[in-house]
Amino acid sequence: MGDAALTAEVDGVAVGEVATPCSTDEVAATLRGAAGGGRSVVVQGGGTKRTWAMPPRSADLLLDLSGMDRVVEHAAGDLIVTAQAGTPLAAVQEHVAAAGQRLLVDETIPGSTVGGVLATNASGPARLLAGTMRDLLIGVTMVRADGVVARAGGKVVKNVAGYDVGKLLVGSYGTLAVVTEATFRLHPVPPVRRWLTVPFGSATEAQRLVQDVLAAQVVPAALEVAVDGDARSVTLLLEGRGAGVDGRAQAAAGLLPGATSTEERPDGWGRYPWDPSATGDDRAVALKLTFRLSALADVLEAAADLAVRGSAGAGVLYASMSGDEPAAVAPVLTRLREVCGRHGGAVVVLDAPAAVKRTVDVWGPVPALDLMRRVKDEFDPDRRLAPGRFVGGI
Amino acid sequence: MSPLERLTDRVRAQLPGAAVITDPSRLRTYECDGLSHYRATPALVVLPEDVDQLAAVVGACAELGVPYVARGSGTGLSGGALPHTEGVLVVTSRMRSVREVRPEDQRAVVEPGVINLDVTRAATPHGYYYAPDPSSQQVCSIGGNVAENSGGAHCLKYGFTTNHVTGVEMVSPDGEVVRLGGDAPDAPGYDLLGAVVGSEGTLGVVTEVTVRLTRLPEHVVTVLAGFDSTDRAGAAVSAIIGAGIVPAAIEMMDALAIEAAEAAVHCEYPEGAGAVLVIELDGSQAEVEAEYDDVVQLCEKSAAFEIRTAVDPTERALIWKGRKSAFAAVGRISPDYIVQDGVIPRTALPEVLGRIAALSEESGVRVANVFHAGDGNLHPLVLFDDAVEGAGDAAEEVSRAILDLCIEHGGSITGEHGVGADKAAHMPKMFAADDLDTMQLVRCAFDPAHVSNPGKVFPTPRLCGEVPGRRKGAHPLQEAGLAEVF
Repeated sequence: MGDAALTAEVDGVAVGEVATPCSTDEVAATLRGAAGGGRSVVVQGGGTKRTWAMPPRSADLLLDLSGMDRVVEHAAGDLIVTAQAGTPLAAVQEHVAAAGQRLLVDETIPGSTVGGVLATNASGPARLLAGTMRDLLIGVTMVRADGVVARAGGKVVKNVAGYDVGKLLVGSYGTLAVVTEATFRLHPVPPVRRWLTVPFGSATEAQRLVQDVLAAQVVPAALEVAVDGDARSVTLLLEGRGAGVDGRAQAAAGLLPGATSTEERPDGWGRYPWDPSATGDDRAVALKLTFRLSALADVLEAAADLAVRGSAGAGVLYASMSGDEPAAVAPVLTRLREVCGRHGGAVVVLDAPAAVKRTVDVWGPVPALDLMRRVKDEFDPDRRLAPGRFVGGI
Repeated sequence: MSPLERLTDRVRAQLPGAAVITDPSRLRTYECDGLSHYRATPALVVLPEDVDQLAAVVGACAELGVPYVARGSGTGLSGGALPHTEGVLVVTSRMRSVREVRPEDQRAVVEPGVINLDVTRAATPHGYYYAPDPSSQQVCSIGGNVAENSGGAHCLKYGFTTNHVTGVEMVSPDGEVVRLGGDAPDAPGYDLLGAVVGSEGTLGVVTEVTVRLTRLPEHVVTVLAGFDSTDRAGAAVSAIIGAGIVPAAIEMMDALAIEAAEAAVHCEYPEGAGAVLVIELDGSQAEVEAEYDDVVQLCEKSAAFEIRTAVDPTERALIWKGRKSAFAAVGRISPDYIVQDGVIPRTALPEVLGRIAALSEESGVRVANVFHAGDGNLHPLVLFDDAVEGAGDAAEEVSRAILDLCIEHGGSITGEHGVGADKAAHMPKMFAADDLDTMQLVRCAFDPAHVSNPGKVFPTPRLCGEVPGRRKGAHPLQEAGLAEVF
């Protein structure tokens, strides 16, 4: 059994029973049992994002996958790794690092597991270079709500045989099927990583810096912006061979005058602008903002009072505000949704105190919701997997 | 009146006269795509000019239970756009405007009939390009690329169509116009876009595509290296990848493929080579120069007997000429050939090439190998003379055996050409029944009546609605739409 104190509830919803399966077959047997009893099922890995999105309507069974924590295969020559869903991301990184490789996704919250990052499509600065889990996942083993085990994709990066069901599971918050194993493409660890950080004054200046870097030939591995009170900065990450990074750093210095340079990972790099260890009513209101690249200044202006950090070069920012006064959240959310919506993006409330989640629309407007409901109906017709957690009450 | 006749009347009322083709001799010009030994004359061809016309056609098909197949330029190599003899072929070639090019957002918005290379042409003046580059890029359409999740020589570094499409407007199989994704990444909700890209036209027809534009590299170097065997060339590939270098492309050709290319385009590859590698590095000048020195050294260590380097576009084109002409060039040394498209883990390359050579020797069927060595995507060209009795069958058998080899080594039956009509029968070798059933849950969500490109991808369609506890009933009309052409 998992830690009772941790697993007795999911975001305020009482858990009926906890199961800790250790294999795909055990997950399948558990899910067949749950299907027979018509019980709802909520999945958890490291539990670091367990309260993200809406609380489930019920959690008869909590499937704790932290016992499925094995790297199944690392084919270094083929640059792929297969891990069980409950494997901590850090353990995967440690394993593949021995061959000079990395899974190019950030551990945005310490203790995150492969399955949890996949289910929430969590990402950090590395997304500029490699995209997110959706782009790194090449094969998946899942257990359906009815207990049937199925696979999609495979062990080779280049593969167009059949539907890419893996992409549907990425970011589905455990509402379509339970992922038990996943195969990812890997990237080499670069010999040199160098961070160049420069402060900025106005939002317009931040946008100009970001656009200048994107338009130049410095090939950024990450391009981040951070706002915390008066501390405002743009950070460029360069990766590659020593001589290559030197040459590009020189070019970048002209674009980011006065930038400080370091080969040590800066504090807070790849972490959200809120304390992920806070629980219950102590949680901040955690927001994800997306927008087209040229709208950075408008979005930063709209989020001026918030702590902000994220991938300016990819059009994704995270922001946080206090959740102490639930009534104060809705107007901010409305303003941000207006701006991000106008600029081709969206705002999602990733996490917030219960009182806030009750008063705001966590997911916001979702196009193609009808098709999404039809997909849910096919995969989980009885609506037992994390019911109510996802968009449109799915 | 049959459903098809009623459909034709409806479509004629809604589309301009020139956009509706019923004349049998003109219908026949659409009987195949790039895989020309599969042929089926469509009952009706329509060429809509905008989303409203296209939605009207698909909506009528849905209502009357008439199957339809979407087609762009018709360059596909798996019969994915093979028409349905009792259905409609929806051709998107008249929807070909580049609507927006926005370098400041790194996005372009195009209609589905736009030619792949035209996106790059529109973006180049701004310093950007569209990265996926299938070898048919001068003629293939973006709509087709989306359907097939097209790759290309440079996807080793840059990824496939699915990594470069951020949004689509599409007509779903029930005739509704829906938008998936957009300019920004990570749209809330299920990643339906990720499921649609590469679904081979079975989940709907895209009517507008938003693509990511990539900064043109500052510097590009192309290296041609000659080796006396594919084993040695393969060792060089392993050494390069093992050194942490991700080139934009690493292509390999074996002796027979080189011979064909020489005969066709006189590319003057190193004489007597048992294999050549074409390695392309791109990026910032400083980075490319640093990587280049390592690549040359690693090739030399793997006993390359000749290395040529091209830095300007003309020299680079000369090196690529042999590789890019390879498929057509094989026509010079063989009257007929089958292009295969299997994938293996790259480290299995020596073993699989050895087995292919053995297959060739045992059967007497010649096989020329051209492939994307960096990602293990093989394109064996199986040569035969159809005028010789039994030669076609023997070639088919070798081709099938090569696919079996790929599956045996944990690979895939298709890396970029798609399953289409050609490989649907191979799907159960790669996937278990439950895997295929699960994929088809997606199909049932989008197209429960199976009117959108029926008979492709899956060997046996799932009868949507057969799962206990489902709310929907079965659709009797789908049986008619499921009639296999082959």
